[in-house]
Amino acid sequence: MSRNDTTQFGPPRPAPAWLGWGALLFFLFTQVYAVVTSPADAMMGHLQKILYVHVPSAWVTFAAFGVVLVASIHFLWKEDERADLLAAASAEVGAMFCGLTLIQGMLWGRPTWGVWWSWDARLTSTLVLFLIFVGYLALRSFVEDPHRRGQWSAAVGILGAINVPIVWMSVRWWRTLHQIQSDPREVAPVFLRGWLLNVAAFSLIAVWFIWKRYEAARYERAAEHAAQAAALGGNNG
Amino acid sequence: MAFRDDMRRIRAIVWKDLTTERRSKAGFNSVVSLGVTILVLFGLALGPDAQALRDAAAGALWLAVLFAGVLAFNRSYQVELDGGALEALLLYPGARWAIFAGKLIANLIFVSLMLVIVVAVGLVLFGVRVPAQWPSLLGLMMLGVVGIVALGTFYAAMSSRSRAREVLLPLLLYPMLIPVLLAAMMATKLFLSGDLMNELGTWVSLLGAFDVIFLVATFLAFEYVIEV
Repeated sequence: MSRNDTTQFGPPRPAPAWLGWGALLFFLFTQVYAVVTSPADAMMGHLQKILYVHVPSAWVTFAAFGVVLVASIHFLWKEDERADLLAAASAEVGAMFCGLTLIQGMLWGRPTWGVWWSWDARLTSTLVLFLIFVGYLALRSFVEDPHRRGQWSAAVGILGAINVPIVWMSVRWWRTLHQIQSDPREVAPVFLRGWLLNVAAFSLIAVWFIWKRYEAARYERAAEHAAQAAALGGNNG
Repeated sequence: MAFRDDMRRIRAIVWKDLTTERRSKAGFNSVVSLGVTILVLFGLALGPDAQALRDAAAGALWLAVLFAGVLAFNRSYQVELDGGALEALLLYPGARWAIFAGKLIANLIFVSLMLVIVVAVGLVLFGVRVPAQWPSLLGLMMLGVVGIVALGTFYAAMSSRSRAREVLLPLLLYPMLIPVLLAAMMATKLFLSGDLMNELGTWVSLLGAFDVIFLVATFLAFEYVIEV
């Protein structure tokens, strides 16, 4: 058992329902707003609309993996179980957004490039990132002991995070085709507002998902501790 | 003095692992046979066209070495688990990284010997002429093996002690190995088919850089995964 197990922190602060509903309503609003306010793009026509969901999903994916990295380092350093649970929650949400990013990219790539998939650096490294997330979550589900699970998945999370830019570099050298990544400064203002609003909406949704998942993880861990204490004949059971 | 003690520990672990392997031989023989079998399957999948086989030789060789090598990594800890030998190993005084270094070197020797045989058979099967500078080819391939073995030895320390170890190790290891494999395959391909654009040196130095990064990362992280 770690020095800082979650039993000493009391119950987690619940994710407020208004945040969830607010994020959902805001997301619906930004979708409508972005689609209504943007004219057809000169080159891509209405295909451009995918920018509003694709790029925010990708950003949220990288932010979520960043949280996994920071929380993992914090866990190994301070042995605070809460950091381990936050990393796990963030990895689950990140994997979901990563999968969404890939699917949206394919939907866009088919009419634009004429293929569902191309082996360029950005696509390939996003797919590898997704696989690393999947491996991380698989490791968590295959290890019973909470402390061992925390230590191992933190190590895997940190190495995985180190690997992502390396994969990106190596695939880029190997072959590249993806258009230069979208930069807010190069996007016409008429598209920009809808896009930035969507980034905010996606971030809110991600925060709410992670928070909710973290809360559930805290209760699961509390149940594990109670079961352990009961098995040892302690007075907690 | 402490450093010399660690060197002695590493030597002892390497000697122990290789002796176990030498006395059974079954492990090595079956891993080499598996590597050759994978090469045959690749040959059949790629069809009888001689040029297509030659073009794909570098990729097939590395995948055969990888798939066969993965078995070695789990084995190297599995033999420790019988009779609680790993706990005993951890109880001995000394730094944890010495255990990792010992395992890594033993796996390195094991996989390198396997690679020499598999590559020799592969060059024949895929109709690639053995290049005149074959020692350089071996040196280049050793660089690839260092990357594969470093990450493989590290991840096997976890997967071998978890449920579902057969599926967990490849699931964790393969995505992590993509940069090393990509660089190793490109360098080998350029070496075998002629380096027209003068890119070979870049890929080899990239491979060396990946090795250094992953060696440092796994040495630092090993302490956290072995102590629990």
